[in-house]
Amino acid sequence: MKSYVPNTVEERQAMLETIGVKSMDDLFTDIPADLKLDKPLNLEDGKSEIEVRRIFKALDEMNKPTPTIFRGAGAYRHYIPSMIPQMMMRSEFYTAYTPYQAEMSQGMLQSIFEYQTLICEITGLDVSNASVYDGATAAAESMLMLRDSKRKKKVLYSEGLHPDVKEVMHTYAHCAGIELVEIPLNKDGVTDREALKANAENAAGYIAAQPNFYGCLDNMDEVSELVHELNMLLVAYVNPMSLGVVKRPGDYKADIAIGDTQPLGLPLSYGGPYCGFMAATQKLIRNLPGRIVGQTVDSEGTRTFVLTLQAREQHIRREKASSNICSNQMLCAIMSSMYLAIMGPQGMKEVAMQNLQKAHYLANEIAKVNGTKLRYPNTPFFNEFVVDSDKCSCKINKAAKEAGIVGGLRLSHFDKEDKNGVLYCATECNTREEMDKLVKALGGIE
Amino acid sequence: MARSSYPLLFERSIKGHRGSDLPALDVPMMENIIPENMKGDVLPLPELAEVDIARHYTNLSRRNFGVDNGFYPLGSCTMKYNPKINEEMPGLFADMHPLMDEDMAQGALKLMYDLDKSLCAITGMDKFTLQPSAGAHGEFTGLNLIRAYHESRNDTARTEIIVPDAAHGTNPASAAMAGFKIREIKSAPDGSVDIEALKAAVGPQTAGLMLTNPSTLGLFETHIKEVAEIVHNAGGLLYYDGANLNAIMGIVRPGDMGFDTMHINLHKTFSTPHGGGGPGSGPVGCKKELEKFLPRPVVVENDGVYSLDFDRPESVGKVRSFFGNFGVMVRAYAYILSLGANGLKEASENAVLNANYVFARLKNTYGIPHDRICMHECVINPGELEKNGIHTTDIAKALIDRGYHPPTIYFPLIVHEAMMIEPTESESKATLDEFVDALIDIARVAKENPDAIHACPVTTPVGRPDETTAARKPIVKWTQE
Repeated sequence: MKSYVPNTVEERQAMLETIGVKSMDDLFTDIPADLKLDKPLNLEDGKSEIEVRRIFKALDEMNKPTPTIFRGAGAYRHYIPSMIPQMMMRSEFYTAYTPYQAEMSQGMLQSIFEYQTLICEITGLDVSNASVYDGATAAAESMLMLRDSKRKKKVLYSEGLHPDVKEVMHTYAHCAGIELVEIPLNKDGVTDREALKANAENAAGYIAAQPNFYGCLDNMDEVSELVHELNMLLVAYVNPMSLGVVKRPGDYKADIAIGDTQPLGLPLSYGGPYCGFMAATQKLIRNLPGRIVGQTVDSEGTRTFVLTLQAREQHIRREKASSNICSNQMLCAIMSSMYLAIMGPQGMKEVAMQNLQKAHYLANEIAKVNGTKLRYPNTPFFNEFVVDSDKCSCKINKAAKEAGIVGGLRLSHFDKEDKNGVLYCATECNTREEMDKLVKALGGIE
Repeated sequence: MARSSYPLLFERSIKGHRGSDLPALDVPMMENIIPENMKGDVLPLPELAEVDIARHYTNLSRRNFGVDNGFYPLGSCTMKYNPKINEEMPGLFADMHPLMDEDMAQGALKLMYDLDKSLCAITGMDKFTLQPSAGAHGEFTGLNLIRAYHESRNDTARTEIIVPDAAHGTNPASAAMAGFKIREIKSAPDGSVDIEALKAAVGPQTAGLMLTNPSTLGLFETHIKEVAEIVHNAGGLLYYDGANLNAIMGIVRPGDMGFDTMHINLHKTFSTPHGGGGPGSGPVGCKKELEKFLPRPVVVENDGVYSLDFDRPESVGKVRSFFGNFGVMVRAYAYILSLGANGLKEASENAVLNANYVFARLKNTYGIPHDRICMHECVINPGELEKNGIHTTDIAKALIDRGYHPPTIYFPLIVHEAMMIEPTESESKATLDEFVDALIDIARVAKENPDAIHACPVTTPVGRPDETTAARKPIVKWTQE
């Protein structure tokens, strides 16, 4: 058994004597006797490091290796530069708490100030918080921001948001008494303008997705103009990787930009930890939830970073706080900062361009397979696209699997009616050889 | 240490430098894929070489302080040692996509299933969801279960959550976010529930009570059975804030105390690192009658095969994408395997021993709001030192100069000038003695030369920050001058 308790039995006894009690049990006399456990917890005894390692090896062997993968749908396999995992082993960062004591936490505070700046740079907006749990909770929080800043309890969102994002928003909306209205996609897979107009009355804002769950890119200048004409605020849920080639939310005058930084240096890790980002215009700064780091000076005028605008937060404002969030995803935020620093302006452009090119190569090749066609052939896309087939998607993914490939996502996973659609993703990690292998496997289906 | 600011990434940028490369594009280049009106410009990011980025973050890390640097007795935060094997295990799952076919992810699913079972054994709950990503997120989720329970019974008048004034700030904030009205009740001076105040507060409008036990003053709620009875008899449910679970593992279980739902902070009790403010993980457990309301999906097992059950019509819905902070679950699972039934109990016993030891040794020097045996944390204040103009902040800053992270200060709110010390079981008697000696010496200096304490900290790269200016004229990003 590994205990991690350093004190010997003798040391413990000496401490009990200083306290003035005889035994460990004497420290627990406040607990009513009839509530106390009269037997050990129903768990196995503790294990040595070697044994723990064996258990994990067995678990690892139950998982199937996945060297070739064409699945995205909210979680993306991108290359993670060695710098990131290496630097993340600095335990000054990972074993620290939230930086409450600024003087001894300048490293974390400055890193988060840099993260906020980088998020502003890639979104084109004025202010950013220090992160929230993930993209879905960022969307839920942005919905509350819309309500609070416009004082209206109706919020519109795009059908094209990720299904998990929509479901999380509904959970939060039910609590907040917010009326959520889904704006359908048109036949090209982008926001239906007429539906947006028809539902705009008394709505605080519209939460759009760019690209959306099906990979489609919209003309966001047009959407933004319409949303603002209708006296609403615009929230853009974006894939940050796409911003290397696609317009930034600030460029089309979105009021809030949100999303998940997972594509920027965070491993897939079976769904988390990821990192939700939230950026907004200066006007909305006091509606932003969560931690925000600000720059100030110390008593001698030295530049210093602190947690700021805390009057929004739960530990000061309690039930009147803008959010209940306390812990967020600081370490993941720093990983994404590192990613952006490593890539730089040219690297971001190149990696986004490679995603774009490879996804289009794959789409064109798959579309040549008999009985398949792109669902939205007239709509631009970034690194994801939907293919419809005259066969059940179960057969399609089985063929890929037999070729040692994790194929696209069967859309029936989220919508049982969608039996034939498959959502594919290609990134800089996919080689042409892999893509050709996938296409060949798809072509061989009976 | 001389005071010094450290250049920002952006201030190190030199045009043309870069830290990344990519293989040449191996597919034919297509032109004009993105229409002109959707195309973005090159992002205005800093330009740095890899070596400069490595040095930047290494040097920033040296301006930070974690548990591996030294003693970190931050009350209510359980800053225990983060075992190193736990850090290595998530790597095994790094490349697993959350939407992989279930037959390819049996190991990951089994881990979640077993972690759920272990947490049930430790707490006396019947089922956990691992989706919530932090303690406050867990509170929100548990309150949703309470709401769904009342809604399912058409008991829609239950709109109030009772929160004692000694509670963590997240409690009332989470209840508000979950759509409840907050009924705050005064605590007894020792931080326990004032039974008469509770009796007066409950009624047909009561949805539930949120409680931390041991309390935020580090004291066990001796009347817990009576508290549970009052709330249950009024038709409400009990929520357990698991922030202080580290005091009671293997000794007493929230499920046996009468709580219906609770959260656990894996990043406190189960040794996963705090990451400088996350990622954490806040699994929520509940009793059988609330199980059907848990966020979907839940992991189920049939004949040794694990799968995700999405078909849960009464679920409150998802609170996060996919399954939660999986990498944090892996670390907690490794910890529970390592300690087992005996080790977890030993951890709690020694956490309580360490807190009482520090408390006993400080009694004659500092103010002691409640002189009785505490649980895993103790609360002190400056006591007589206030006459010398010494406040809790000053003592905290003086501790920094002696190489310690200060305790939690000015919380709980109901104690004047509170300093909440949670040593955890990780610390040796020798470390605790050095810490106590430092505090006793700070008290001596505070009496002889209070100005020396007011000047603290002097060993850090920056001095006390001007927080007022920071909030009045917020500068929250770097801009080119």
